[in-house]
Amino acid sequence: MAIGWYLTVSALIFCIGAGGVLTRRNPLVILLCLELMLNAANLALVAFARMWGSEAGQIFALIVMVVAACEVTVGLGLIVAISRRNLPIDVDELHELSG
Amino acid sequence: MSAVLFFIAAIGALAGAIAVVTLRNPFYCVLALVCHLIALAALFLLLRAEFVAAAQVVVYAGAVMVLYVFVVAYVGGGEEYATGAALRVLGPLFAVGLAVELCIAMLGSALSGISGKGAPYVLGFGTPAQIGKLFLTDYLFPFEAASLLLLVAAVGAVVLARRRRGLEDPELERRLALTPRSVYTGTMAEGGGVPRAIHEIEEATAPVIVQEPAMPTTANKA
Repeated sequence: MAIGWYLTVSALIFCIGAGGVLTRRNPLVILLCLELMLNAANLALVAFARMWGSEAGQIFALIVMVVAACEVTVGLGLIVAISRRNLPIDVDELHELSG
Repeated sequence: MSAVLFFIAAIGALAGAIAVVTLRNPFYCVLALVCHLIALAALFLLLRAEFVAAAQVVVYAGAVMVLYVFVVAYVGGGEEYATGAALRVLGPLFAVGLAVELCIAMLGSALSGISGKGAPYVLGFGTPAQIGKLFLTDYLFPFEAASLLLLVAAVGAVVLARRRRGLEDPELERRLALTPRSVYTGTMAEGGGVPRAIHEIEEATAPVIVQEPAMPTTANKA
């Protein structure tokens, strides 16, 4: 398959994730949609690595996976802290920082 | 053959992504994301990234998703609040616009490499040996920075999610504070065993007068 097909799939997954971040209000699902976007970037990176025949893109993809894991840990810790305080699990209700 | 596999994996990945965005129950969203990640790992394999595919399945679909399932089970997250009317229309519109723009940018570009099948395959491309060599030579600093980032994230998650105050039920906390406890509770005597502590007290108080040690139901010392 041509590299362009992989890039198209990557772009579609990224857009689906972006739409999900905008439309959903449960922070858990928003984190999942962020994962979708990061994975789309991973797919593009690996496709470019294949295109150039160098493994640098795969290294970047692995680093992105590490960053995604860190983001998930901190995000889920925040959600657990929110639910401990009996606050609503809803990003529109948690607007104390928006001034 | 590779074209068939590509379309199966791509449709699986896209269907998983759409299911993540559209399903109402967060638990089903997580399961859809697992399907999406496994389909994506198949795409990585087609791109000859064996180690990335293995890491995707083991780390992402395995470990990270288990964390998600735990948190969804803990939080419960059953009810989903309805989105505001403006974002409900603007969000998908934005996504579609972004998709059209990205497709135009990539497929309409004159880059010749995109329409090709990529560089000729050399033996050992994307194997763990190759990736490990790169990580310990050219990309040593990102490797170390990633390990430090993981440590910071782990500590941060523990700090964020720890229990801040006492028990969650104040009534239970009050009743526990009023419950009569053994005098040895919370002392080294508890670790050494109550009979031994009684024996020590007897020995200490023996020259004064022969008496029973204090019954261990008096008010708490702590």
